[in-house]
Order: sequence, then C-alpha cells, then structure tokens
Amino acid sequence: MPDDPTDAQRAEGDTTAPAPGVAEVHGCPTSESRGQLVVHPSPEEYLALLRALLDDGYHVCVDLCAVDYLTSESARRLPDGVGAERFEVVVNLLDMAARRRIRVRVQVPEADAVLPSTFELWPGTEAMEREVFDMFGISFEGHPDLTRILMPEDWVGHPLRKDYAVGRIPVQFSPGHADPVAGSPGQLP
Amino acid sequence: MSAVDHAPHEHVVLTSEGDQELKPRSALGPAELLREVGSVLRMSEAEAAELTVEEADPSEDQTMIINMGPQHPSTHGVLRLMLELQGERVLRCKPIVGYLHTGMEKQGEELTYLQGGTNVTRMDYASPLANELVFSMAVEKLLGIDGDIPERAVWMRMLLSEINRMASHLLFLATNGLDLGAVSMILYGWREREEVLRFLQKVTGLRMNHNFIRPGGLAADMPAGWRDDVLRLLDLITPRLEEYDILLTGQPIWRERLQGVGVITPQEALALGVTGPILRSTGFAWDLRRDQPYLHYDEMEFDVVVGSYGDCFDRYAIRLNEVRESMRIVRQILDRMPAGDYRIQDKKITPPPRARIDESMEALIHHFKIFTEGFRVPEGEVYVAVESPRGEIGCYIVSDGTARPYRMHIRAPSFVNLQALPHMMRGGLIADGVAIISSVDPILGEVDR
Repeated sequence: MPDDPTDAQRAEGDTTAPAPGVAEVHGCPTSESRGQLVVHPSPEEYLALLRALLDDGYHVCVDLCAVDYLTSESARRLPDGVGAERFEVVVNLLDMAARRRIRVRVQVPEADAVLPSTFELWPGTEAMEREVFDMFGISFEGHPDLTRILMPEDWVGHPLRKDYAVGRIPVQFSPGHADPVAGSPGQLP
Repeated sequence: MSAVDHAPHEHVVLTSEGDQELKPRSALGPAELLREVGSVLRMSEAEAAELTVEEADPSEDQTMIINMGPQHPSTHGVLRLMLELQGERVLRCKPIVGYLHTGMEKQGEELTYLQGGTNVTRMDYASPLANELVFSMAVEKLLGIDGDIPERAVWMRMLLSEINRMASHLLFLATNGLDLGAVSMILYGWREREEVLRFLQKVTGLRMNHNFIRPGGLAADMPAGWRDDVLRLLDLITPRLEEYDILLTGQPIWRERLQGVGVITPQEALALGVTGPILRSTGFAWDLRRDQPYLHYDEMEFDVVVGSYGDCFDRYAIRLNEVRESMRIVRQILDRMPAGDYRIQDKKITPPPRARIDESMEALIHHFKIFTEGFRVPEGEVYVAVESPRGEIGCYIVSDGTARPYRMHIRAPSFVNLQALPHMMRGGLIADGVAIISSVDPILGEVDR
C-alpha cells in the first residue's frame, strides 16, 4: 500500500514508525530497527512488560546494557509519546522455542536513574545489571548485590558515561616527556 | 552498595574490592544465603531451604572463606574466586572479576569502524575471528549491506570461523587435561592448536588478534596453496582426536574426575542465560548456527552435539566432538568455495586496490580518507549474535551517523557463563572446583573487556 503513512515514513528512513504488523506489545509502542523488533516501555511499565514477555516465551535474557545519550540527540529516534531521557537501558530477549528475538529499550532520566531489577525474572541479569551500575551509575531496585563489578570498589565515577573522559596514563620512565600534570610519575628528577 | 552493613574483615582491608567480595555468614540474612539456589530454580524460600538441609547453617567457626586466584593457574587468567568451605566442601562461591578490565567498550567509541576490529579481536583472544565476525556483521547491518557481501567473502568467513573454533576447542582440551592432572594433554592439545594457528597465521599474518574479518568482507584473499594446507590440517587432526579418545575419554580416572561433577540443569542454564557448550551439555540443543543461521550455515550439514547429564564430562565430550563437526563443515566449505571478490566493491567502505594508488590521485585521496576519517554509518542501533566457541557472542552498536560508533557493546558469552559457576560449585569438593572452572572455559579478556 503506497498510501499507507507508515510505509512512507519508513521509506524516508524514519524509524519511529511502528513495526509492521505489531503496533504495540502489551500496550507499549514498538518500532523497527534494521528489521529487528524494538519495544519502548516507560520506566513504570518496564517490569510488567518484561514479566509479560517472559510469560510469552522469552525464557532467556541474552543481554542487558545501557547507552548514555548525553552528547547525541540525533542518534536516537523514538516513537511518539516516548520522551527522550539521558540514559537508555537496552534488554535483548530470546525466545528459543519460536526462535525470535525482541529488544526492550527503556528511557531512564538522569535525575532519577533507578529501574526495578529483573533479577526475579532472569537471575542471569545479576552480573549485567551490576555492570550497568558500575559503568553508568544506574541503580536497580531489588537487586541482591548491587556493587561494582569491573572497576575497583573505591573507584570514583562511571566510565562509560559520555562526560567521563577517556583519559591518559602519564608515560613513565621517560624524563624528556613533558607531562602536563605536575608531580605525576612522568617527571623524574 | 549492599544494604547489609557488615564488619570489615581482613580481606576487605587488604584489597580494593570491598563490598564486591563474598561476605561472611554473620553479615548475611537467610534470604541472601538461599538466593543462589532458590532464585535460579524460581523456588520459594521454604522450598529452597529444603534443598540446603545438609548444610543446616554451619556456624561460622566451622567454615572458612578463602581466595582462589586471581593468580591461581587453574583460573585461566585473572579470575578470583572466593570460596566458603566447610572442610573440603564448597558451600558458597563468588567469582570476582574485573582484574583485566581495560575499558575496551569505551575505547570502541573512540575508534572508527575500520579500527574497531583491532579492538574487539582482543576481547576473546582464543576465538578472535568470532569477535571480528559479529562486529563486522553488526556494522554491515547498520550500513544496510549485509545482503551484498560477496559469496567468496561469506564462505571464507565461515571457513575461518570454523577453523578458529577448532583452535579454541583444542586449547580447551589442552587446559582441561592440565587442570585435572593429565599433564601430557597440554602438550598434545597445544601441538595441534599450534598447527591450526600456523594456518591462520599464513592466511591472516598473525597467530592471534587477526583483525582479518572487516566490515564489508575480509582484509585479503586466501593465500596460494591454502586448500592443501587445510586438507593437511584435517588429515593431521583427525587421527589426533582418536588419540585424545584413547588418552582421556575412555580412561577410568578421567571419567571419575568429570562424571557427575558440576551438574547444571537446563532450567538453571536458561534462567542464567548460559549458552554454548554448557547449555548443550544439559541436553538442550541450541546452536545459533542451526537455530538462527547466519552466513551459509543453513546449507551446511552438521550435528549439534548435546550431552545428557549437564556435567563436566558432557562439556568435555561436546567440545571434543564439536572439533569433529567443525572439520565436517570445513570439508563441505572446501567443496563449495566459490571464486570471486573477498570484499564488497563499495567505494564508500572499501579502500581502492594498492595498484590503483600508484596511478590515480583520486584513489590515493580515497585511500587516505578511508584510513584517517573512516566511513560514515547511518544512524540506528542493531544487535547481532553469532555462535562463538563459548556460546552466543553478540554485538550491540548504536550509530549517530558519524564514523565512530556512539556505543559499542559486546555481549560476552564468558561473562554470562561465569555466573553459572557458583551453582555448579555448590556442595562439591574444592578439588572438583578446578574441573568445573575448566569446563566453563572462561576467557577473562572477554569477561572483563
């Protein structure tokens, strides 16, 4: 149908159009990204949606990660009614019986970076949520052991945030090397 | 960040891991103690308590918390396990990771899509080509060229992936033998792996960290005489696997050490997100090559090897037989390898041939631009998964339309599989712990990224 507005939108590369044939999943708007089905719940709907998807047969939570959209407005297109926030948590689910995948993207505001933990649904998300907490500072309510996992416990900051600089290690043992940081190991007497 | 405020113990003071460490029993409530078993089986607290009757909450003076690693030779790198022991029995176990964390995902945001391969290939250093493959496939999907990759490139990718799988499993067989005291096995396994790596070196130029599979195709064509090399390799390894069978598979000591050790059920494995040989050892036949085929795996004839008990022996036997299945696939690929281009001839992505640079100014500029600025990838986000020797390796890329990924995340199979360790160790002997760690086959470069 060439006069179908969603088809026209998709032709222009607008990914905010709902996924073909699936306007919504358990009441949450959908979109399609390179042929992959994406659902956009609100933080309030997040856990209920995941529970419903688990009941639908998505028995494996393959991956849970986060993205910090601080420095890019253009990278993200969302369906109407979904407000963009700084963080986004991305959950990839797998239904092995039907051999299908679905992706859940939830917006997490910077001021209140808390989501309910999915530990009760998929215990395997424990380490993944710890990694997101470690790298982005997003907390998961109800997580049994929310500690840093990759960084040392006394580390300050969350490295994968966009306002966390890549940084450099001063070159050691090279006296000629001009080091901007006074008193760093780069300067030998 | 735990809600439980516990008294600092010696180990907390000595390391910088603090709350990440295993806490003494006195610092935990009963719910937290039962969490490990109960939550995975989705049981109530009462049901979980019945399972742990044998332990009956030993008092703290009967148990001991010890560290295994991060420098323990059987932890395959820098994995640190904190074990709570009662005598020789493991009551609780907590893996502590991060000692090899080098911020590779952060670095991935600084590298162009062409440079990205050098980064991801160093994550799972035992199967680097699987990392490169999944990264390249994700970038190609974002570019919208995933259907236009030349046939020869697709078949070459399959060939190299399978040969890499052989190398990775041979490494596992070698270290599994070493960990269990069959010390001669590491020499045999290493010898065969080195033969495989020698072939990969001839093709890619490097033994490991190849950066050979790139967005758009591969870095180079197969070298002259590659077909004979592959046939020689297959003829060499087939009888060697028979020798492994004689040395290990039927041997009573080997079976005693592995059978019934580190058992995991399919329900536990699925709840924990475990994939690869560990999931298949429970009898759950799931292999992305067959169940969500990519490249041309749907045209290949091969068996998905499954176990039936979910123990360490099944995981050993699965990997051994997967080497045979990989060789079967490689033989089919040899018969069907087409002629043609090894990379897509898309001027936006592919640098011009070397010879053109000498005669054409445009080609020189084009070459320079691709290697300095990189190529732009349209906005969007995509998740692609392939079957690595360790399970599902996935790549999630968000592009903002520039030449560098806005976010590049690798779903590392070892990172997820490692979480099954406490469940497999529970109630077992500490000596079996070594067998269990080995059978998970974790690659710490990938766990910590």
